[in-house]
Amino acid sequence: MQHVLWLVPTLPLLGSIVLMLGTGRLSHRAEALIGVLSVGLAAVIVFAIAGAFLLDPPAGAAYQQALWRWFAVGHFSFGLALRVDPLSLLMMLITSGVGFLIHLFSTEFMEGEDGYGRFFAYLNLFVAAMLLLVMADNFLALYAGWEGVGLCSYLLIGFWWRDPANGLAARKAFIVTRVGDTAFLIGLLLIASRLGTLNIAGAMRDAAHTWHVGSPAATLIAFLLLGGAVGKSAQLPLQTWLPDAMAGPTPVSALIHAATMVTAGVYLIARTHVLFLLAPAAEITVGIVGAATLLLAGFSALAQNDIKRILAYSTMSQIGYMFLALGVGAWRAAMFHFMTHAFFKALLFLSAGTVTMRLHHEQDIYRMGGLARRLPAAFWSFLIGSAALAALPLITSGFYSKEAILSGAWADGNGGRVLWLAGVIGAFVTGIYIFRAVFIAFFGEEHTHVSGSYGWRVIVPLLVLSVLSLVGGFIELPSAFGHVTLLSRLLAPVLPPTREVTDITPLLLASAASILGIALAAVLYWRPSRPPAETPLWRFWHGAAGFDLLYDRLLVRPVIWAARVDRDDFIDSFYDGIAWATQALHRAIRRTQTGRVRLYAASLAIGSVGLIAIAVLR
Amino acid sequence: MATVPLDQGLLLAAILFALGLVGVLVRRNLLFMLMSLEVMLNAAGVAFIVAGARWASPDGQIMFILVLTLAAAEVSVGLALILLMHRRIPTLDADAGDGLRG
Repeated sequence: MQHVLWLVPTLPLLGSIVLMLGTGRLSHRAEALIGVLSVGLAAVIVFAIAGAFLLDPPAGAAYQQALWRWFAVGHFSFGLALRVDPLSLLMMLITSGVGFLIHLFSTEFMEGEDGYGRFFAYLNLFVAAMLLLVMADNFLALYAGWEGVGLCSYLLIGFWWRDPANGLAARKAFIVTRVGDTAFLIGLLLIASRLGTLNIAGAMRDAAHTWHVGSPAATLIAFLLLGGAVGKSAQLPLQTWLPDAMAGPTPVSALIHAATMVTAGVYLIARTHVLFLLAPAAEITVGIVGAATLLLAGFSALAQNDIKRILAYSTMSQIGYMFLALGVGAWRAAMFHFMTHAFFKALLFLSAGTVTMRLHHEQDIYRMGGLARRLPAAFWSFLIGSAALAALPLITSGFYSKEAILSGAWADGNGGRVLWLAGVIGAFVTGIYIFRAVFIAFFGEEHTHVSGSYGWRVIVPLLVLSVLSLVGGFIELPSAFGHVTLLSRLLAPVLPPTREVTDITPLLLASAASILGIALAAVLYWRPSRPPAETPLWRFWHGAAGFDLLYDRLLVRPVIWAARVDRDDFIDSFYDGIAWATQALHRAIRRTQTGRVRLYAASLAIGSVGLIAIAVLR
Repeated sequence: MATVPLDQGLLLAAILFALGLVGVLVRRNLLFMLMSLEVMLNAAGVAFIVAGARWASPDGQIMFILVLTLAAAEVSVGLALILLMHRRIPTLDADAGDGLRG
């Protein structure tokens, strides 16, 4: 099976290249076919690889395929090699599988838009970059995928480039994540110089031998990697780009939030967990960042009226849960939540996209209302997604994965209980904000006319994701219910085990928090309500605690001010001087160009006489 | 056969050349400028003939025929240009055609 690994990232890349070259020459039908099939085929291959992997686990629990030697500098030699271990396999399954469903949905969602082919070219490139990221065997290829994902997010957020605000949002996403990327790159260079290798598995092995727990080098590198993860995964303090990224088409949001990009940070930390185990300070920071983000994003989501922004903040909050899990050492729980989150978040975005598609791009929940009767398919899928997001006990996948995280935090003992409390409060808030959207948008009376219809390309992804959102959690059940550990056993060769919890108290408390949140939302929003008044508190959370304002005052304006002040510095003057001298010379010489033939003849004659005189008399 | 002394022949050529050059520079009528150019060309021709006679070489006469051909070609192109220019600016004043002034 390992000889086909190269096909997985190559197929979407090929699709992207064909679509880019064929812009304007291919019919919409052909563009959609290429876009969907390239990812679909990659998904089929990934599933085949997964099947072979599960039936007959390879030696060392990883498939490996060396492709070619990339370059060699001194004693450094970089081979481009792909490596698929259970962690990569899980990421690949989600990226290609959910990615395929989103592609299929997009073929209908983007119907009639300008740049149909361009959209699928970017989408394919996005999936290709993400697949390279998770399959890379060394940090350099991982970094290439990492930057590719960043580029594609820029291209897709700014897809409707005619509106300058979208371009601004795209630039913001790129620049803010770039801050994290820089930290990540410095971390990689430190790994390369300290350990002498960028091979991920090799570096992790060496790190465990070279450094003791709490050594400064390991701590520094872990913090730098955390910086990269925080940027890509939109966690505090680099979270400001994610809500603005809603400027892109809805399937893009689904792709960014569920299958690619924001989960890259979670993957990176899980992949380098050895380093974080060596650096307890960095690890606990991961947990604190996650807890702070999940609370901040949860409260911010409460103060949004735009359905997509509610979902954006919910993503930040859920990734916060994953970071919390990583911080308390519940590595497998983090990956479990990543998987269920991919299902229900893709479902939520796609059903929200279905709604806005039928409502002429109306995104304000207060202008929807009564959609449960008019759009039953969208309603049921949104309801299932919301239930999974709010971790409705027993029947949804989100419950089991959130449970795994919270029990991991509970078991962590020192400090873990504080993070656990944050997680429980977050679960309560999650129930309120998402069911607030459900009740306001889907119940009550209609405010906007519903038009159009949707076909199987919308229904099938919604159906598949709904089923997965419900049953996806049953592959890993806590000891209180049957104790199924399929995912843990799969991830066992890569990630260390989570502490076992037999105590049933945290489970009951967290379930109660979720149900209470949903119940409170029902009490508050069951009856038709008006948009909230703009109190200072509401404005504070609507602007996500003022981080945008803070960064604007602290960073953006000083830089713009400095640029304006520094306009005439030494370097600029030098180049201005060159321009001025050229113009002066031009003005002087153009005077000789009188247009009079006789003057030219005279100067010719005088010149010739002069030259001959020099030649003869010398 | 009596030959023209070299210095006298070259003097004649130089005077003719100078006259032609002065004509080109002083006259503003394009037709006269063209004629003055012919004078200059013929001055060069005279110099060739005199030099050929002095060293008893046929090269001088060959060069003269070349100069003659050149002059004919130059006149035909020059006259065509004058004709075209005259259609655009109905004058023969060379200084009036300064449309390419910088």
